[in-house]
Amino acid sequence: MNHLLIAPIVLPALVAPFIIMTLRYHIDLQRIFSVASTVLLVAIALVLAVQAADGTVQIYELGDWQAPFGIVLVLDRLSAMMVLLTTLLALAVNLYAVGSKWDERGHNFHALYQFQLMGILGAFLTGDAFNLFVFFEVLLIASYGLMIHGGGTRRFQAGVQYVVYNLLGSTLFLFALGTIYAVTGTLNMADLAVQVAALPAEDSALIRVGAVMLLLVFAIKASLLPLHFWLPASYAHAPAPVAALFAIMTKVGAYAILRMYTLVFGPDVAVVEGLVGDWLLPAALLTVAVGAIGVLGSKEIGRLMSFGAITSVGTLLTAIALFTPEAAAAALYYSVHSTLAAAALFLIADMVRERQGGAIAAHPVMAQSGLISVLFFVAAIATAGMPPLSGFLGKLLILDAARDDPHAVWVWGVILVSSLITIMGFARAGTLIFWKSHGLDTSDTLAEPEIEVTGADQDAAPVPARPAALPFVATFALLAGLVALTVFAGPMTRYTAATAQDLFAPGAYIDTVLANRDRPVTESDHESAGYGTAAHGDGSGHGADDATTTEESH
Amino acid sequence: MSLFLIAALPFLGALFPALLIRAGRNASASSAALASGLAFVGLMLHAPAILRGETVQVGIDWLPVLGLHANFFLDGLGFLFATMILGIGLLIILYARFYLSRQDPMGQFYTYLLLFQGAMVGIVLSDNILLLLVFWELTSLSSFLLIGYWKHLPEGRQGARMALTVTGMGGLAMIGGMLILGNIAGSYDISVILQHKDAIQSSDLYLPALILILIGAFTKSAQFPFHFWLPHAMAAPTPVSAYLHSATMVKAGLFLMARLWPVLAGTPEWFYIVTTTGLITMVIGAVIALFKDDLKALLAFSTVSHLGLITMLLGFGTKAAAIGAVFHIINHATFKAALFMTAGIVDHEAHTRDIKRLGGLRHLMPVTFVIATVAALSMAGIPPLNGFLSKEMMLEEASHTYWLQNPYVVPALACFAAAFSAAYSFRYIAHVFLGPKRDDYPAKPHDPGFGMWASPALLVTLVVLIGLFSAKMVGPLVDAAAGAVTQSHPHAHLKLWHGVTPALYMSGIAVGGGVLLLALHAGLERIWTALPRPEAKVIFDRLTGALTERSAAITARLHDGSLTRYALIMVTFTLVISLFAYGTGTIGAPTRDLQDVGLLPLVGWICLIVATACIVLFHRQRFIALILIGIIGLIVSLAFNFLSAPDLALTQISVEVVTIILMLLALNFLPKQTPAESPVPARMRDGAISILCGLGVGGLIYALMLRDFAVPSISEFHLANAYKGGGGTNVVNVILVDFRGFDTFGEIIVLGIAALVIFALTEAVLSTRVRAYLLNREPDMPQAGDSHPGLMVVVTRMMMPVALMVAAYIFFRGHNLPGGGFIAGLIAAIAVIMQYMASGFGWATERQRIPYHGIIGSGVLIAAATGLGAWFSGQPFLTSAFGYVHLPPLEEFELATAALFDLGVFLAVVGAVMLALESLSRFAWQPGIPTEHAMDINPARDTAAQDPKEA
Repeated sequence: MNHLLIAPIVLPALVAPFIIMTLRYHIDLQRIFSVASTVLLVAIALVLAVQAADGTVQIYELGDWQAPFGIVLVLDRLSAMMVLLTTLLALAVNLYAVGSKWDERGHNFHALYQFQLMGILGAFLTGDAFNLFVFFEVLLIASYGLMIHGGGTRRFQAGVQYVVYNLLGSTLFLFALGTIYAVTGTLNMADLAVQVAALPAEDSALIRVGAVMLLLVFAIKASLLPLHFWLPASYAHAPAPVAALFAIMTKVGAYAILRMYTLVFGPDVAVVEGLVGDWLLPAALLTVAVGAIGVLGSKEIGRLMSFGAITSVGTLLTAIALFTPEAAAAALYYSVHSTLAAAALFLIADMVRERQGGAIAAHPVMAQSGLISVLFFVAAIATAGMPPLSGFLGKLLILDAARDDPHAVWVWGVILVSSLITIMGFARAGTLIFWKSHGLDTSDTLAEPEIEVTGADQDAAPVPARPAALPFVATFALLAGLVALTVFAGPMTRYTAATAQDLFAPGAYIDTVLANRDRPVTESDHESAGYGTAAHGDGSGHGADDATTTEESH
Repeated sequence: MSLFLIAALPFLGALFPALLIRAGRNASASSAALASGLAFVGLMLHAPAILRGETVQVGIDWLPVLGLHANFFLDGLGFLFATMILGIGLLIILYARFYLSRQDPMGQFYTYLLLFQGAMVGIVLSDNILLLLVFWELTSLSSFLLIGYWKHLPEGRQGARMALTVTGMGGLAMIGGMLILGNIAGSYDISVILQHKDAIQSSDLYLPALILILIGAFTKSAQFPFHFWLPHAMAAPTPVSAYLHSATMVKAGLFLMARLWPVLAGTPEWFYIVTTTGLITMVIGAVIALFKDDLKALLAFSTVSHLGLITMLLGFGTKAAAIGAVFHIINHATFKAALFMTAGIVDHEAHTRDIKRLGGLRHLMPVTFVIATVAALSMAGIPPLNGFLSKEMMLEEASHTYWLQNPYVVPALACFAAAFSAAYSFRYIAHVFLGPKRDDYPAKPHDPGFGMWASPALLVTLVVLIGLFSAKMVGPLVDAAAGAVTQSHPHAHLKLWHGVTPALYMSGIAVGGGVLLLALHAGLERIWTALPRPEAKVIFDRLTGALTERSAAITARLHDGSLTRYALIMVTFTLVISLFAYGTGTIGAPTRDLQDVGLLPLVGWICLIVATACIVLFHRQRFIALILIGIIGLIVSLAFNFLSAPDLALTQISVEVVTIILMLLALNFLPKQTPAESPVPARMRDGAISILCGLGVGGLIYALMLRDFAVPSISEFHLANAYKGGGGTNVVNVILVDFRGFDTFGEIIVLGIAALVIFALTEAVLSTRVRAYLLNREPDMPQAGDSHPGLMVVVTRMMMPVALMVAAYIFFRGHNLPGGGFIAGLIAAIAVIMQYMASGFGWATERQRIPYHGIIGSGVLIAAATGLGAWFSGQPFLTSAFGYVHLPPLEEFELATAALFDLGVFLAVVGAVMLALESLSRFAWQPGIPTEHAMDINPARDTAAQDPKEA
């Protein structure tokens, strides 16, 4: 059993309570532990990615209970990739949060941040549908805490909407799981795959309802239209590092759709035939369109970025909704791109907001305008899917994969036209924010007297206020990630293609997870940690209460 | 030099100017020139091979899945364009060094310029249409930066955005076209595509692909009706205009048409689309140019016109026309770049480009005059300059082209356009340089320094030389390029005198007409100004403005921030989709029978329904709603108990108690009534949807409960192995702490986080003005006269140890009997909450020595550590172990790691509940004012002072 599999979950789950217990009042120590933990997570994720790269599926049986009876974590190419992506993103964003001192503006930022990571990583790693629900809860509640970090009326308002909307989603999740369990009697995803495939076709209505409700839950997370309403306000008002980290949250939804609808409710499963094909693709295309329209129609930079994220995730869902290996491979490539680009966008939006407020209008030239405008330009290119960055390649891959689909004309049309609208939106915002400011009458600012040097330090050279470098490092790192994704598109697409092949041929996954299904439970398995005392068999005295429990269980 | 390096050099070079500008403007310009120059030299090294008709190829795989390879190849066509791009680029770098003023950020300029140059070189060297697309869009982006270079000018910003929008749109259309084209040919490599003419032209998708690709080419090359962006791109500094609009950007579309000419041209569709567009563009551009007073606008429209000319030639689809097109590309680049530079010089020296304010400059600026005159005469098509040669070829081809069987349309319009072309060329000379010297120039014009006129001078030298010695100068180049276009080995007969041909007549008519038009210019201009003309920029601005506003309106309308509406949409959508899922499936017969309804469940059911209905009725009265919620919770607990789930019942009931207390606390600070916010129809609608949803969920559950599992469920395993493998007889508890302990681990973290969030929220709220508001608020209902009744204080203190004992009891019996850490934690929390309620927050806090944060943290840590303990015996996380201990005089008892895990659960629950409670209580608490006396009516109290809490 490879304990490294669970390390991405356990490590933040240890660091966070440790921070709460002992480092509550020491922001510097919190930073050290939080960043160190994130660095360690990156290292772990790298090792896991290397282990998974050859296509082997590893499982981790929690509590030594075999699937489907206990909970298993599963590491395959897909989960390894998502884990690595999450940790890399988390590291950059964490550095930004530290550098920009966002983490000081409220309480428990780093503890919540670690819990948030635990939730996301757990969602990617788990092989159990109910455990997925638990991790969804962890990441939801932690994200709510992070979202309202720093306070403020508008943030609270947005936060209430966010949490209420997502609690509705959680309720639906429970309904879906209840339905699925009531039909199949199992919650392990691999076991579900086996059971659902074996269901009689003439009795499909209930599992179809369960399956589609589950999809809707994930669609809420992924912000598919018309279930996206929680996103614009909450992303726009969330603290920048949090919004940047949230770039991965929509991918959790997309991941879950991809996982469940290839593994359990795959395209070949008879009972769910025709369940999503008719409406998921149009909804995804609508998401792209509404996102693009939002980009053009935004008056505030945070909302602009939010809609950029929506159109990006819409493109991703379009690829997923095609349900072919080629499209899935394209979707995976695009999801990496979309995550990094969206995160960069939110960080850049924050830099602008910190300097001049968020309105998309001309203001007096801000500090470091040139540098920030370069960052904005690059990130906008990436998001709009312009060459040469990975957004363009990802979009090409998706268009290419959609070619044989009967709705190809729609896919092409919507994605290409939306790209144009997105470009126009970003060009408008960029010129207004970064260029028009140069055209403003600057006589007022010039008229201001030079800073008077008073006091004892008159002889000393003036020390200019040095802007923090760390935020820029973090943003550059994200953009560098995009560049790497572009340059190494070949190897990357090889990996995603192999991943997609795995997804659409889940035999190995199912076999590995259920390999120990019939392993007998022996007591000796469970007493080796022992207290050094004599072990009993099932002594009669301890079995006395069997009656109560068997009665209760029915 | 490798083609990779040639394509990469401008990009690499782009890094330097922006940095080296700190070392001075010469350093910056030199570094730019060095990069271009090296690439140019590298290109020239390939010249002999190319002129022999060979091609050079290199390539590596970039994205093989897609067929996107970083393949480059150099043939005659690519060589011609690359030579122009790099050669004129060098001249522009020199010119710009002297053109830009000290205020202009020159480093940025050269960086953008080199980026653009790299993108252009990439286009012409690409051997893969997807790679070409990458560079294609890069030119749009870098030209956006160049056109908007003067950030402070609104024209610059708007022009940049317009250019980006139009050419970006074309680029996106082209993506579609290229993907189709590559699909037909089976490869995206140009050298492969060029072999598949028949397959492509016979494909059903030929026309869509052609149209999409042509949209790309036409937008880039400013063909009608996309021509309007080009004049507005003139807001850029003149070196940019000279570069973009003579040799590079606008020629990219022509290049693409020439590049794909072998496979796309030759069909009627191609002929009619391309020729017609070119013809219209040529005529419109020429006419408008004559009436432009801005020198650069005049040149811009003349560029549009000449681009139309070349497009038309490519559209003819004949080899001779292709040769003419290639030749005119060269000629146009030379004279137009020179003309733009002279316009820049005039602007630079006279501080105006308005023809109406100029005139008579030949005395003041003789050098510029000579350069401009030669270039303009070439543009007018006057022998022996190079413009004459290619115009002759154009007229010759036009003279025998039939348009819809009509032999006169094309030649007549070509001749008409040529006349206007001659006219505006003459005007450029006559109205700027000739005429009397004026004394009202905005500045005192004089010839610029050598650095500024060197570049145009070199270009007009070429104009003359190519005109005189065309075959020697550019013959091989034209042959090689035309060979690449036509995929054959043509030989161009470049010479001045072809004898008396129809073309010569037409040329003569054009020149004569040009002179006439210029003579009549003043009159014509009055007519022109009086005519209604569609102003493209106004239309475009209105269009994009409307689009932006409409987008903003849609977005604002759609996302109006109403949570009710959002929830409505979500619920409705879920309902519809679920019904769709149900309706498209089939449902089998029930496998279970309905049970008889007993009296007790019936009573409970009625209570539940009545309480729920009451909530609907009275939900605006929040206290009543809270009580009703309590009733519902109680019935649910009873139901759990009735259905033999005592663990669930215990949990439910303690959760109910804690929740109600917390909600009461919160309600303390909230209005006691909910205002009616939505109008009646909306409420009716919401009610209807709620009922539908309720029916849907009810129906689903009903259907589920009438059916057995399709296969034996996993719970059978849990029942069978709880004791054997988990060491406990309470299966629910074993599931919680062992089988699915990991879920529990997650859930206690959820609980802990929730408490942390409540704490953080409280802190955030209390750090604002809200705190003062809370402290000064008037209670909205009568307060109890005695906030800490003595009786209650006494009772709760006595109950505390009892309650804790119960918690301990529940905790320890958990593994085998109903109970466990979760329930025990809630009971313990209730025991402490009682103290807070009875004795006051201040009193309780003083006695609370362990911070709740720490309790939560320790709970999670203990649970995690228990899980980690298993690693030491080589078992997975959370593997439990248990054993039986016999310590005399006690009876034998069981020790299980699960109990340790449960302890973590216990602590986390206690900590979380208490932290939430404490946080909520802080809203009313005034720091620094401790509650001195918990028992307000303690008779032993000697101070009579009022407890501040009561105030």
